[in-house]
Amino acid sequence: MTGASPNLAPVSRRHPQVDTPSSPVVHFDASAPLRLACQQDLAPFSIAYETYGELNAAKSNAILICHALTADQYVASRHPITGKPGWWDNMVGPGKPIDTNRFFVICSNVVGGCMGSTGPASINPKTGAPYGLTFPVITVGDMVEAQARLIDYLGVDQLFAVIGGSMGGMQVLEWASRYKDRVFAAVPIATAAWHSSQNIAFHEVGRQAVMADPEWSGGNYYAAGTVPKNGLAVARMAAHITYLSEEALHRKFGRNLQDRSSLSFSFNAEFQVESYLRHQGSTFVDRFDANSYLYITRALDYFDMREGAGGVLANAFRGTKTRFCVVSFTSDWLYPTRESREIVQALNAVAANVSFVEIESDKGHDAFLLEEPTFFATIRGFLNAAATKRGLGAAEARK
Amino acid sequence: MNAPDLGKIVGGPKVPRVDHVLIAEMVEAGSRVLDVGCGDGELLQLLSERKGVDGRGVELQRDKVNACVAHGLSVIQGDADRDLDNYPDQAFDYAILSLTIQATRQPKNVLENLLRIGRRAIVSFPNFGHWQVRTKLLFSGRMPVNDNLPDQWYLTPNAHLCTIRDFADLCELVHANVEQAVAFNAYGARLPIKWSLSMQNMFGEKAVFLLRGPGLPPANR
Repeated sequence: MTGASPNLAPVSRRHPQVDTPSSPVVHFDASAPLRLACQQDLAPFSIAYETYGELNAAKSNAILICHALTADQYVASRHPITGKPGWWDNMVGPGKPIDTNRFFVICSNVVGGCMGSTGPASINPKTGAPYGLTFPVITVGDMVEAQARLIDYLGVDQLFAVIGGSMGGMQVLEWASRYKDRVFAAVPIATAAWHSSQNIAFHEVGRQAVMADPEWSGGNYYAAGTVPKNGLAVARMAAHITYLSEEALHRKFGRNLQDRSSLSFSFNAEFQVESYLRHQGSTFVDRFDANSYLYITRALDYFDMREGAGGVLANAFRGTKTRFCVVSFTSDWLYPTRESREIVQALNAVAANVSFVEIESDKGHDAFLLEEPTFFATIRGFLNAAATKRGLGAAEARK
Repeated sequence: MNAPDLGKIVGGPKVPRVDHVLIAEMVEAGSRVLDVGCGDGELLQLLSERKGVDGRGVELQRDKVNACVAHGLSVIQGDADRDLDNYPDQAFDYAILSLTIQATRQPKNVLENLLRIGRRAIVSFPNFGHWQVRTKLLFSGRMPVNDNLPDQWYLTPNAHLCTIRDFADLCELVHANVEQAVAFNAYGARLPIKWSLSMQNMFGEKAVFLLRGPGLPPANR
């Protein structure tokens, strides 16, 4: 691996963050390929990451945060494209539930992503052109293997905790299953041990929307100098509905009209909810690569922890010593409580140390990103207790 | 939604419940304990402080679970009737059901599960054979409402109230060996062990049974 970024000419219509992220990035050269689930080797590859706080002398206070489908390494720092605060700024920071005064927090962009880790928008060194659809199909397990390389590189043997929501939660489960000795505590939030048929269906709608956009150009839009903005925006709009709840939509928008007092008998964004979704769609395309969206949704669809465990989820965790805290939200219909309970039942079946809380919230799947006092108290309390067990100094524990 | 006042639910110096103190005496130091219906985690805290146990809890009420986890206890939101089937045999040294069996839908199933999951089961319950309950029924003809049974019949979660005798019969039915049975009077004092079952049943307001499952050797220590 080398410390320098590859010196490549910028290819048009690709965001500079793909090649030269604002965050640190580690490059693994051709001598250290990443063997993927599809049996292809990815080499060389890069992992872009952010860290917060300081690693202690015993290297025992590291927390890995795994991000969801469209998030990135900027968990608690300003996003270089949108300029918005980190996506989990309320959870991660000094004195916050994931306290950076106490813990060394690592968050990396997943392999297949578009914020500096190798993905379909990255340049394939063999061709000098972006991978596009020649990028191998990746899995959640591949994301975890790439993260494990980063953790090795950072010199951390055992992570104090691996924490993540949604797709991040799936990575947490993979970490706990693949690296039983390297994960002291695991916090899978608003997630599932396999992707449901309904969720695959929603993803397929999103992918078809991208592919139906003529600007997608069969995935070669980088060369064509176009961006499938319309398709990706529609994909985002459809997905965004699944992150909310009917109650939250009703509370936020009802049937309220946008900038008008009566119906205009047109197909303009007359309702506030339409305007909101259009905004969500259009801002998304500025920061996300359409092919990354295809690859990462595919990785989620392929996710099933029962595979490789003889069809029985519990087998994936047999022998685990990790302390688990599983969290779900009452109004999350994308990854409903039932699916968290299946994880808990599997963990109980191997007599694992598991806590499970269902948080009451009407904010749908997105609740895990929002300020929910009971949720925050749960994370803080669980981490404090685990830190005491790990010998990380109970005295520092904040109430 | 209002966050529960965590400080009120767990924590603060408290006088431990008498049945909890007795359970803490029964439990071996450093053992693995599952507390089914752990409520606010009071017993788990006590067992962890006094006996250094590796404790887990199951609790039905969401706010109580959240408070437990926020205080560092390993507790899952779950149901004694539904969620015990998943635990492997003898996963714990003790499976405890404290003042909960009367609120389960299938007490026999639950008891059998406890005896399977734990090398020992500890069950405490309010005794419906207590003389005050009997006199209340006899003279007023109404379901008793007191400190031990605080809710009106139409509000109580208790679906399967029993007497000490009834419970002893159930233990026999599921081939559980009673290693210890202790009853408390209304003032929280232990009734003499030498008293007959009828006397315990008459004057015991609550009872705690230490049970060993069928086929397990008597010596656990």
